[in-house]
Order: sequence, then C-alpha cells, then structure tokens
Amino acid sequence: MSGRIHSLESFGTVDGPGVRFVVFVQGCPMRCAYCHNPDTWPMTGGKEMEVSEIIADYERNASFYKDGGITVTGGEPMMQIDFVIELFAEAKKRGIHTCLDTSGIAFNPDNAEYVAKVDKLLPLTDLVMLDIKHIDPIKHQELTAQPNDNILAFAQYLADHDVDIWIRHVVVPTLTDDDEYLYKLGYFIGGLKTLKALDVLPYHTMGKSKYENLGMTYKLEGIEPMDKSKIPAKKAVILDGIKKRRADDAK
Amino acid sequence: MRPEWNNFVGGKWESEINVRDFIQKNYTPYDGDEAFLAGATQNTKDLWAQVLDLSKQEREAGGVLDMDTKVISTITSHGPGYLDKNKETIVGFQTDKPFKRSLQPYGGIRMAEKACTDNGYTVDPEVSEFFSIHRKTHNAGVFDAYTDEMRACRSAHVITGLPDAYGRGRIIGDYRRIALYGIDRLIEDKIAQKNSTGRVMDDWTIRLREELSEQIVALKMMKEMAASYGCDISKPASNVQEAIQATYFGYLAAVKEQNGAAMSLGRTSTFIDIYAERDLAAGTFTEEQIQEFVDHFIMKLRLIKFARTPEYNDLFSGDPVWVTESIGGVGIDGRHMVTKMSFRYLHTLTNLGAAPEPNLTVLWSTRLPEAFKKYCAKQSIASSSIQYENDDLMRVTHGDDYAIACCVSSMRVGKEMQFFGARANLAKALLYSLNGGIDEKTRKQVGPKYRKYEGDVLEYDKVVDAYDDMLEWLADVYVNTLNCIHYMHDKYCYERAQMALHDRDVRRYFATGIAGLSVVADSLSAIKYATVKPIRDEEGIIVDFEITGDFPKYGNDDDRVDTIAQELVSKFMTMIRRHHTYRDGFPTTSILTITSNVVYGRATGSTPDGRKAGVPFAPGANPLHGRDTHGAVASLASVAKLPFNDSQDGISNTFTIIPGALGKEDQIFAGDIELDLSK
Repeated sequence: MSGRIHSLESFGTVDGPGVRFVVFVQGCPMRCAYCHNPDTWPMTGGKEMEVSEIIADYERNASFYKDGGITVTGGEPMMQIDFVIELFAEAKKRGIHTCLDTSGIAFNPDNAEYVAKVDKLLPLTDLVMLDIKHIDPIKHQELTAQPNDNILAFAQYLADHDVDIWIRHVVVPTLTDDDEYLYKLGYFIGGLKTLKALDVLPYHTMGKSKYENLGMTYKLEGIEPMDKSKIPAKKAVILDGIKKRRADDAK
Repeated sequence: MRPEWNNFVGGKWESEINVRDFIQKNYTPYDGDEAFLAGATQNTKDLWAQVLDLSKQEREAGGVLDMDTKVISTITSHGPGYLDKNKETIVGFQTDKPFKRSLQPYGGIRMAEKACTDNGYTVDPEVSEFFSIHRKTHNAGVFDAYTDEMRACRSAHVITGLPDAYGRGRIIGDYRRIALYGIDRLIEDKIAQKNSTGRVMDDWTIRLREELSEQIVALKMMKEMAASYGCDISKPASNVQEAIQATYFGYLAAVKEQNGAAMSLGRTSTFIDIYAERDLAAGTFTEEQIQEFVDHFIMKLRLIKFARTPEYNDLFSGDPVWVTESIGGVGIDGRHMVTKMSFRYLHTLTNLGAAPEPNLTVLWSTRLPEAFKKYCAKQSIASSSIQYENDDLMRVTHGDDYAIACCVSSMRVGKEMQFFGARANLAKALLYSLNGGIDEKTRKQVGPKYRKYEGDVLEYDKVVDAYDDMLEWLADVYVNTLNCIHYMHDKYCYERAQMALHDRDVRRYFATGIAGLSVVADSLSAIKYATVKPIRDEEGIIVDFEITGDFPKYGNDDDRVDTIAQELVSKFMTMIRRHHTYRDGFPTTSILTITSNVVYGRATGSTPDGRKAGVPFAPGANPLHGRDTHGAVASLASVAKLPFNDSQDGISNTFTIIPGALGKEDQIFAGDIELDLSK
C-alpha cells in the first residue's frame, strides 16, 4: 500500500508528544485562509511512498523517537484513510505511538463504508490532534470553504470511541478571536470526555511567501500576526467554556 | 577516623588517596525536583552588582581593566584580593585584585609581551630581559627543536592552533583531594611516591623525581596562599564551606601558574554535596547559606581571566577559559550521581544570571532522574548556558569519576591527563595531494613533492590513493611536531600544581585533532558521485573546481557519504597510532573545532565539494552549513555514525535551534500539555 506524500520531517517537536517522525501527506479539501502549507492542497503531486519505506525510515533512527512516535499530518491524512490504516497497523505492531493530525473534514457519519474504515483506524490511533478552525458553521464556511458539521460530529465520534483528543485552535485577529465564539468552542469541546489538551496558537504570516512562490493570492493580506501575549487570555476564554460545559454535564 | 571525617562512611579512601571511593560510599542520590533551592542572598546580589560594574568598566576600557606587567605569577606571587571581604564567603583571586590579569611568561615571553602591548601595557624590561636571556621559555624550546618542515606546516596552517607559544591546558587537577585530605597528607603521599621511584637514574626516573619535587613545592605554596587569605588547608575540610574553599584554592593555584588553552575544574558537585548533606543534617548551615557558598564559588570561577592577544581571541572567538564542570552522570553500580548539589550548581544560572563560564556540563544519561532532566531543560531554555555530553557512551571506557576538559575531552580525574594537540587540517591536505604538496594559498612547497594530479576530471580511486599518501606524511609531521611541543612544555612550563593533584603514574592521552571532516567527506563524495573538473591557474596549481551533477552530502543520514566520513576518521587515527608518542602517550583524536573552523576555512583554498576559498569549515563534526536538508535527526544520525573508538578525545556537533521549534511553550517541550482546569 502506498500513500501520496508531500514530505517527511525527521525531527518534529510540535506535532504531538516527544520527538516525532512526521509524515506530511499530499492533498486537502479545506481552503483555510491562513493555511501555511498551501503546497499540500492539490490531490495530485507529491510522491508515492510505500508504508514499508516510511516504517524503514522511522526505524533507522528509532532511538530518537522513544518518547515520541509517528504523526501523520498534511494535507489531510483522512483523505488517504486506507494508507493511514495500514501505516498505523504496521506502527502498532512495532509498539510505535501513533498520532493523527486532522481537520476531521473527511468524516461523514452517513457514509457507512467510510465509517467502517474509521472504525478500523481509531483502534490503531493513540492520539488525534483535531484542529477546529471555527465553531460557527457560517464563519467556518467563510474561513475554510467547507462546512463544519461533520468535523464536530467527528470530534464527538472520537470521544464516544475513547480516543484521546488534543484540540488545536489558531487565533487570527478579526477572524477567530471573538470571545463569544471562543467560549462556544470551549463549551463544545468541554463535552468531549477524552479531551486531553488544548493548544491555542497565534496566527503568523510565515506561510505568506509560499503563496507568492506558488502564484496564489493570499487572502489574509493586511491582517497582522496575532500578538502572542494575548494568547493566554484567549485560551482562558476557551477554558471557561470547557468548565461551564463540565459543570452543566455534571448536573 | 579523623575528626573532620565524622559521620562519613569509611573505606579504602581513608588509607589511600581515593576520592572516587569516598564519593561512592557517601553520596546521596537525589530524585526530587528543584523546589528546595534558595534564591540569591543580599550579599550575593551586592557582590554580583559589583562584578557587573567592573565588567562594564572592563568593556569600556577596551576589554582589559588592569594587567600585571612586573610580578611573575606563581601560586604565592600576589597577596590576597577581594571584591568585598566582608561579603565574600569563598575567597581568592589570581592577583591582588579582581579583574587584574596576571603575567605568565613561562609559555613564551613574546606572547606575554604581545598580550600586554596589544592591550596598551608594557612588560617590565627586566622581566623581558630575564626571560629572553637567563630563563628559556616553552616557546623558545619548541622553536629550537622544530624542523623547517614543521615550521612550514605551521605557517601554512595545515597544522593549526598548536600550543607552542601558549599554555597547552587540558589538565584537570583533582582539586577535591585538598578538601578531603588536606595538603599535609597529600605532601606525605608525594614524598612516599618519590621514595618509590626506581633506583636506576634513566631519563624517565630522573624526570619523575624532579617533577615530584616540583609538585611538593607547589603543594607547600598552596598552603601558603590559603594562609594569606586566613585559611588553613593543611588539614581536611570540616564543613561544606571549607570543602568548596579548599577545592577552589587548588583550582586557583592552577590558574595562577598556567594560562592554558582550557583550564577545567573537574567533577566537584557530587563530592561537595556529601559535605552539604552532613551539614544540613547537623544543622551547621541552612540551604540558603549553602547556596550562597555555591553562588560565590561560581562567581569566582566566572572571574578567572588571562592575558591574551587579539589573535588568540580570534582563534577561539572570544576569550574562553573553559572552566568546565561535569555534573551528574550514572555510577557503574547503576545509581545515578545527581545530587542536590547538581541542582545548586545549575541554579547559579538563575541566581547570577546566564553566563558561558563556568562551562556547566551535564553528563547526560537516559537513566538520570526525570525531575533533574526537566530542570536541565528548564535552565537550558532560560539561559542557553548548559552543555550536554553522552555519559552512556563515555562511562564505558572512563568509569564514573571522569570529567571533561575543555569542551569534550574526557579523562579520569587525578588519574589521566592530556597532552593537547590542536588539529590537522584534512581539507588542506586533500588540496596538497592534488597539488603535489604545494600550498594553494602561499605557493610554497610545504608537503612532499609528490606527483601533481593530472587529468581533467578527478577520479575517485586516484584521488584517494594520492590523499592516503599525503595523510601518511601529515600524520608523521603532526605527531612529531607535538612530540617537540610536549617535551618542551614539560621542561619549561610544567604544570606542577595540577600534577600535584594526580597519582604518580598517570595515563597521558596524546591528543590530536582533525578539522575539515565534512569538507573532505563531501569532496570525496562529489568526486565519486558527480563529475568534478579541476581548474588550474597559469602555474598549473588547482585553484578551483567545476562540479556537474549532484552528490550525496554528509548530514543527511546517507550511508554513501557517511561511510566516507567514518573511514576517514578511522584511517587517520590508524596513521596517528603508527608513530612514537612522547612519554608513551596514548594517541587519540578529536573532531571538535567549535569556533576555530572560521579561521581554518579562511586559510584554505576552494575544495572539490564546491566550498569556495576562505569560506568557513563546519564546526566540529557538523555537516557543512545548509547541506543537511533532511531535518535534525538525519543530520544528527550522520554525526552519530562516526566511530568513537577512533575519536576518543571527542566528537562535537554544534546544534542550534530556535526555541519555537522545540515546542510552543515549556510544557509542550516537556512532552505533555495536559489540560489543567484548576487555573
């Protein structure tokens, strides 16, 4: 089984616990305005790599990853779910910690065939890092050109199937920094019983030059990077939402 | 048992000089975290403010605040010096006041004179005359012995950074012995050693007896120096303050007499902790007081200064002393050697702020306690001032009482020393092999007049053949140059203070070093896997190269080129081993140019890997800048393949990463960002 791979990173430190071997897959249906990897969007391109090649690359330097593992990100890994299933199956045979970094966009609860595959994947997945771009359906559509109903359904599905979740959220000035929505986001994820961590990230403009190189328009022209010092306050709003939900659920 | 040793667990260490045995029988491993640490006292803050002010004055004065131009530095040459006598709990400066650099002409009078003149001072003419006419220096001795070929190699920089005009350093006295045994006992031991030498007066025995006599003189002088500060070190230390003070006096004696290329401290923290634990249990001192002693000790180490020339500072990119202190590690019985004192030493980076000296070096093992690992990470993030070395690798050959001299040279404390050997420029040697021994920069015939490379394309087998011959020549002239240097250093600039704190029969590492490893590996790879055409000037000297096609580059975990690097290290080491070494030194090599790679690059012409003339080499065993394109692990994996057995003096890799790339906040770096709803 082969996957369409954008690139490999041998020293990933921000994509899950420990030092990780990171597989960036090619292809993503989301068109997030602030995406810093637009080169991973097209479903074509990249290079075909066998699961065995990736595992061999990992094992070559396995001693570096003993407190880490493999993370598959992209692109959208769940667009190549068959490949990820096989990769994670091989990883678990070897006791490697597996992390799936996804937007959840490929999930569709009404597609029985796809759900069956998800049911195969989740037992092989130690951790899902789920990036919720926006809690509001309309704002989400504006920001990413995709709806968020299936994404939120996926989050719930993970929790129902006892898969650990880290939620990531990027705070973009004027687009995703509204306290009302941050609180709502918190209220939603507070209902996920397997939620283990919350990672709130400041928007940066380092991806901009990639758009220029690719001859693409950068939609967030004129929006300043998020001031890092404001992040703890934004995170606190989300945490408040989580606490409220937990309190309500406990009633 | 002596009263100073009350409550210590006895053992072999009582009847023989054996600090390791004392440590193993008495230290307390600490698995807890940093919560027990105490902050800086008012006295510490006041003293450090004074230091910062003096540092500012020194910078404003152009780098040197004061120099001694008349009094030749010895262990007892200067009266006591203080910052503020009433506030210092650990005392002692190299001269009679802080920030005054001492005059040390035994390594070479011209270097001492130049260090003064370049900084706006003049050595007293009587001193100059004395060391030019009446008393020979190390430098003068070496140049009396050098052959023309050695001189040519030196000035062409195919052998570089040789300690032939300055102190070789890299010798660590076991300064802890003074604290544990007191000077009187150490003198008795040295007298016994002197009485134990052979009766046939051959070169070896005569030299040994003379050196032991010098060592006894040094020990007596240490006692005298301590007395001038009102301290009695003739007897063992009876508490932690005295233990730190005695250890420091030993080190101070060393730096008063040697302006060495690296003057490292050893492995003192776990030893000192034994005294701290005893004092805490007895209520002699509080944690705050103990931290104050440590802070003042580290402050003193930060103020060690030498008179040096701008060229020296250029070579080492600064004015380093390399006061390396080795912390932690694991014992051969499996217990880790982290103590509360390991934390206290690293905590000085908080109490006094970040600083490059002393070079706090953690002997890292996967088996260090988690809380200590986390604390190291925290202090590293905050200060960028901690060095890490692989204890799991070094413990195999060095046991659990070794320390690091300079940046990577490991040696068992008090039992092994090193003859520092600078390094051979392997990249330049490759060019010599192509140009028939003619230097590409100076056009002088430096190497042997072998046949120049003929042909329009470099062929791998032919190049390697010629290179092997040139390396054989280089190893020969290099080892013999070092033989001259160490013979003369022993003769005219002997390290009596440090050697007084060693066993009688020490193992002497005969260190060599190589520069330009990644340049040569990539060059040979280019020749093998791409097409490299030499470009010759009108004199037929190859001055540049034209490369067509791509080739594997060292630093990408690619065995095709990594093997070339591995083989090169083993090959050169084998060549070094074939030669006679002074005092039967045990030959080793290192790949560790941390800063001087810039200077070596400047002195070397264009190389077949596409590096242009004058461009810096990579530091140490690093891949060349920008050539490792597969991420940090792949880059580190290439370096990790180098054979330690053939590079026992150390392999260094300078690794720089922006904090953001290690995680977005401290918790993520530590591997977990668990949701905490309590805040």
